Amino acid sequence: MTRRFYWTALLTVFLSGLPMVSAVAQEAETAVPASEISPADTAWMLTSSALVLMMTAPGLAMFYGGLVRKKNVLGVFMQCMFLMGLMSIVWALWGYSFAFSGTNPYFGDFDAVLLKGVLPTWDAATETSLVPAHGTIPKLLFVIYQGMFFIITPALICGAFAERMKFSTMCVFMVLWGTFVYCPVAHWVWSENGWLLAGDFAAIDFAGGTVVHITSGVSALVCALLIGKRLGFGQEPMPPHNLTYTTLGAALLWVGWFGFNAGSELMATPRAVNAFASTHLAASAGLLAWSVAEWVARGKPSVLGASSGAVAGLVCITPAAGAVDPLWGMVLGLAAGFVCYFACTTIKNKFGYDDSLDAFGVHGVGGTLGAILTGVFATKAASNGSFSGLIDGNAVQVRNQIVGVGASVLIAVIGSIVLLKILDAVMGLRVAQDDEVQGLDLSQHGEEGYIFY
Amino acid sequence: MKKIEAIVRHYKLEDVKNALTAKGIVGLTVSEVRGFGRQRGHKEQYRGAEYTVDFLPKVKLEVVVNDADVDGAVDIISQAARTGKVGDGKIFITPLEQVIRIRTGESGAEAI
Repeated sequence: MTRRFYWTALLTVFLSGLPMVSAVAQEAETAVPASEISPADTAWMLTSSALVLMMTAPGLAMFYGGLVRKKNVLGVFMQCMFLMGLMSIVWALWGYSFAFSGTNPYFGDFDAVLLKGVLPTWDAATETSLVPAHGTIPKLLFVIYQGMFFIITPALICGAFAERMKFSTMCVFMVLWGTFVYCPVAHWVWSENGWLLAGDFAAIDFAGGTVVHITSGVSALVCALLIGKRLGFGQEPMPPHNLTYTTLGAALLWVGWFGFNAGSELMATPRAVNAFASTHLAASAGLLAWSVAEWVARGKPSVLGASSGAVAGLVCITPAAGAVDPLWGMVLGLAAGFVCYFACTTIKNKFGYDDSLDAFGVHGVGGTLGAILTGVFATKAASNGSFSGLIDGNAVQVRNQIVGVGASVLIAVIGSIVLLKILDAVMGLRVAQDDEVQGLDLSQHGEEGYIFY
Repeated sequence: MKKIEAIVRHYKLEDVKNALTAKGIVGLTVSEVRGFGRQRGHKEQYRGAEYTVDFLPKVKLEVVVNDADVDGAVDIISQAARTGKVGDGKIFITPLEQVIRIRTGESGAEAI
């Protein structure tokens, strides 16, 4: 079934190759004088880009950092900080090109490596800079904004292998994973010619439910399974060392997510407002749902539960933000709060895998739920005519969403297994047993997080 | 000379200190400790994981007195730290060989 689907897909690539010459010609014409760029949209997207960067550190770094034992807090912080540097450079060198250039619906090409075609050129005839544009904003801004997504997505995976992965291997894994898993999926979903953007299987992924959360969440599960459990998992207590960090991190993620979701409109429009509002209400509903579930099941609502619920709601609304109205956003958040609570407690305990910080339970499960529910609740009214789902009479959208989920899961699973197997043979995935006992802070970085004299 | 070590509840520390100084017993060393006696620990839950915490936080105070003052000091500490509920703590008394005041080099009872 899958194989046949892929062959059909490959055939489409060849058949669709011909009319692309003219598309390339049009591409070159999108450079405009600087005065034609929208200042309002540019201002909003600069702000959004900064907000999305803030999600990785301090947001995610604190959210994850508080959940590990104190001997590994710097290990987590370093993974997040280092990925900010590493992935940004990869993005500028070749990542953006692999994700967004070219006319092939499945893979990007080398057309935009080293920011080729992104930077302004000097037009001597008119004495102005010609600025390559993406819609109403400079293409360079689009590149920077998308680059922030390229940072946080691999950083999310770090939650699965926290407290035991070798730092050097992590760096290599993330570069390869970004190149061979993230870039293709971003290309399918968001590049002009991606097979999931338009055509028979057009899926709705407004801000990255498949690209960011499903790819990272599913890869996280693969990592947890292939790298194995932490030493002493299930025998010795491994409680979070600082839930105040975790709570503040969740709050920063919530704020940053406005840039992530409302920014994905790429303009300052009513649909961006819709995305903002539905994002906020989904987070709120997710927070309440997880807390209520804990309150009922265990007698007390916990701060960790409230924080996790908010993040689950945010994950779930990501693909739907600019496609569903805020009241349905509330429903998505509510569903995510309950479902992710169940995934992180009952399911994880039943199967016994050590997804240490629940990267799969929140991002994999919440992302999948969100992708499918987007196909149900998307409306033309909320999305300015771009999307319609089941409740708008477009039942086929649900099928397309499932195809999108399936394709993302497939490449994430295969890509992660292949990369991890290779790296395991070449570099080794885990730190030595003694180093794990000592903690990553000292063994990987030669520092301690907390020195109080 | 004797060293009195008392494990008490955090919120009783101030009462114990005030009661001791009121009776002229000055000089205290205090540290944060964890342990368990008859008081049972509690359960904590983090997402799906449940842990039993056996070691509860307490305060340990150390005070050195002359042999004649031991009983009085023990009474003061016991009364000030007592709530009557499980978890009030314990007092340990050990003989002390020598005390030296670093500044002056005084030793024995003069150094207390």
